Amino acid sequence: MSKYTEDDLREELKTKEYEYGFYTDIQSETFPVGLNEDIVKAISKKKEEPEWMTEWRLESFKIWKEMVEPEWANVNYKKPDFQAISYYSAPNSKPKYDSLDEVDPELLATFDKLGISLDEQKKLTGVAMDVVVDSVSVATTFKKTLAEKGIIFMSISEAIKEHPELVKKYIGTVVPQKDNFYAALNSAVFSDGSFCYIPKGVRCPMELSTYFRINQAGTGQFERTLVIADEGSYVSYLEGCTAPMRDENQLHAAVVELIALDDAEIKYSTVQNWYPGNAEGKGGVYNFVTKRGLCEKNAKISWTQVETGSAVTWKYPSCVLKGDNSVGEFYSIAVTNNYQQADTGTKMIHLGNNTKSTIISKGISAGKSQNSYRGLVQVSSRAENARNFSQCDSLLMGNECGAHTFPYIEAKNKTAKIEHEATTSKIGEDQIFYCNQRGIDTEKAIALIVNGFSKEVLNKLPMEFAVEAQKLLEISLEGSVG
Amino acid sequence: MLKINNLHASVEDKAILKGINLEVKPGEVHAIMGPNGSGKSTLASVIAGKEEYEVEEGEILLEGENIDELAAEERAHKGIFLSFQYPVEIPGVSVTNFMKTAINETRKAKGLDDMPANEMLKLIREKSDLLEIDKKFLSRSLNEGFSGGEKKRNEIFQMAMLEPKLAILDETDSGLDIDALRIVANGVNKLKSKDNAVIVITHYQRLLDYIVPDFVHVLHNGKIVKSGPKELAHELEEKGYDWIKEEVGA
Ligand SMILES: Nc1ncnc2c1ncn2[C@@H]1O[C@H](COP(=O)(O)OP(=O)(O)OP(=O)(O)O)[C@@H](O)[C@H]1O
Ligand SMILES: [Mg+2]
Repeated sequence: MSKYTEDDLREELKTKEYEYGFYTDIQSETFPVGLNEDIVKAISKKKEEPEWMTEWRLESFKIWKEMVEPEWANVNYKKPDFQAISYYSAPNSKPKYDSLDEVDPELLATFDKLGISLDEQKKLTGVAMDVVVDSVSVATTFKKTLAEKGIIFMSISEAIKEHPELVKKYIGTVVPQKDNFYAALNSAVFSDGSFCYIPKGVRCPMELSTYFRINQAGTGQFERTLVIADEGSYVSYLEGCTAPMRDENQLHAAVVELIALDDAEIKYSTVQNWYPGNAEGKGGVYNFVTKRGLCEKNAKISWTQVETGSAVTWKYPSCVLKGDNSVGEFYSIAVTNNYQQADTGTKMIHLGNNTKSTIISKGISAGKSQNSYRGLVQVSSRAENARNFSQCDSLLMGNECGAHTFPYIEAKNKTAKIEHEATTSKIGEDQIFYCNQRGIDTEKAIALIVNGFSKEVLNKLPMEFAVEAQKLLEISLEGSVG
Repeated sequence: MLKINNLHASVEDKAILKGINLEVKPGEVHAIMGPNGSGKSTLASVIAGKEEYEVEEGEILLEGENIDELAAEERAHKGIFLSFQYPVEIPGVSVTNFMKTAINETRKAKGLDDMPANEMLKLIREKSDLLEIDKKFLSRSLNEGFSGGEKKRNEIFQMAMLEPKLAILDETDSGLDIDALRIVANGVNKLKSKDNAVIVITHYQRLLDYIVPDFVHVLHNGKIVKSGPKELAHELEEKGYDWIKEEVGA
């Protein structure tokens, strides 16, 4: 009987290609590389933006120029040359279509390969889609149904033109331009993204979903998403991504701002599967994301994320619990394999009284990867009776990967109750043998064990996303027997 | 059913099984007894195909086929079942989900489609009734926080679900209270037929009062040093192992 050794494992990992690695050749109009005031102005002009937006971008650019790239995260990578990136690219084919028939067939083929074709997506009950290819959205569906309820769901470029009062009022209020290096950069050059507004008292009848992809060689992508849930409203928002295979590193620096007004609730779910680089750690997407939500009185924001892709991930979806009785939740599964590095976690900022936060983080590391959880629970001196529960579990496969937890707690009010639990475990040979003995092969056994480990988070995802997420977990860990 | 010829096996270069010969025919029950550390669990693991154990010499035949090259899951698909002495925990995976996966993977290996959900539910109900297992129990994480006795009962529940040809029960009786022992043993007896076989590893006569063996073997220092009818178990219970050790001059 042949024994499955570390060498076999290494061989298997090496030959495992990125499942979704392919490149669609859609003709694009791309700006020259480099970044300066003129480029910022040109982006704004290209998008026919009002002057206030141009000014806002220029202000952001000024702030960004003065900032330095942060280095505190537990990741190592070659710093991108920000002057070697093109900051705008739009699909050449005309931006708006009424039906799928008019969409670039190459793009549709791309979706087919991903198994998330528009056709398939349309069949999924209650899912509206706003597809972003590179920078400009090319298809929007279900818009009418939403419009009847007064829900606005469109690209942020459109929103800037059609609902300037809303965008102007809220953009940059949760993630200020000067918040951090990548947020400032995004504010200056953001290409497109989604905008969503749910009116007072409205329950959004469907899961809103957006598929983001990076699709142009050497083009950074700077998504900007703004979700506003007005008083007493509810929305569940899904975001999923996967990227074509690339040799050079691709930069992605998105900003997502959520605003939950009094008594409102926002659920924001992400499945992220960007190209993680090959088995030698070459290539892959750099994913530096700023995601933050603001909760007013009695409001609730839940972040759920399944992160399996990217070469380097730097991402901390956070909640500012400003209103009394507001609730913040963070549920995360982060998988790293080969040479992937992830530094991810959350910040829960308790400002109001009786605010509550829950953090459940599941890190799974395989290969030579490094997986860090970094979390901050902050309770201000005026926040009475704040509650937090944090649980950070790490699962290791093999002996060459690493799992790290950096939980920071800053409680300035004595009534705060903060609980933190952490565990680290390894998938044991005994567990695998037990499964094998019951007729379950090793690949399937690992998937089963990993799914069990991640269950608390998977359970938080909407059904169709949960299925996709489980598939992703399986794909990402194929062959990673320790 | 099972034929083991001159089996030598080692782990980390340490020889543990030193020439085992054993034949189990369909419809038979064999008991294996022997002092701690004599190699009983190792034998069970080697039959089930645990990779850490290196077979140095000899062969294991299942229904005439040499299974030495088969992976553990392939042996399971062929109908070998091991009730573990120490069942492992799999957090977050419910007993039901685990069984569903096990059954469907086995079906897949045989070229069959997944078992329809209603059939699966019926099977689960039937087998959990047989072993007097509470439904709530089945949605708990596999073996996590189970008491010693619950783990063992759960092993036999899995055996009932999978209906193996050859079941090896490694100290299934340890940890079971008197009532549970009766329930579990009855369960095993109900599953017995002229076409399948059971190997019972135990330290105590007690279990053998319920699951009556056709043969009793004594394993000592990696070898079967004595075999006999069921009365041998009584003798061992009375006299211990010393007299056998003396007999073989160890
Ligand atoms: N993985 C291993 N590494 C090193 N030694 C091992 C390993 N597995 C078993 N052994 C050794 O092999 C010998 C036989 O162990 P085994 O578990 O088969 O005994 P047993 O007869 O089942 O004992 P018990 O009655 O206590 O269950 C013991 O000395 C044990 O320490
Ligand atoms: Mg034993």
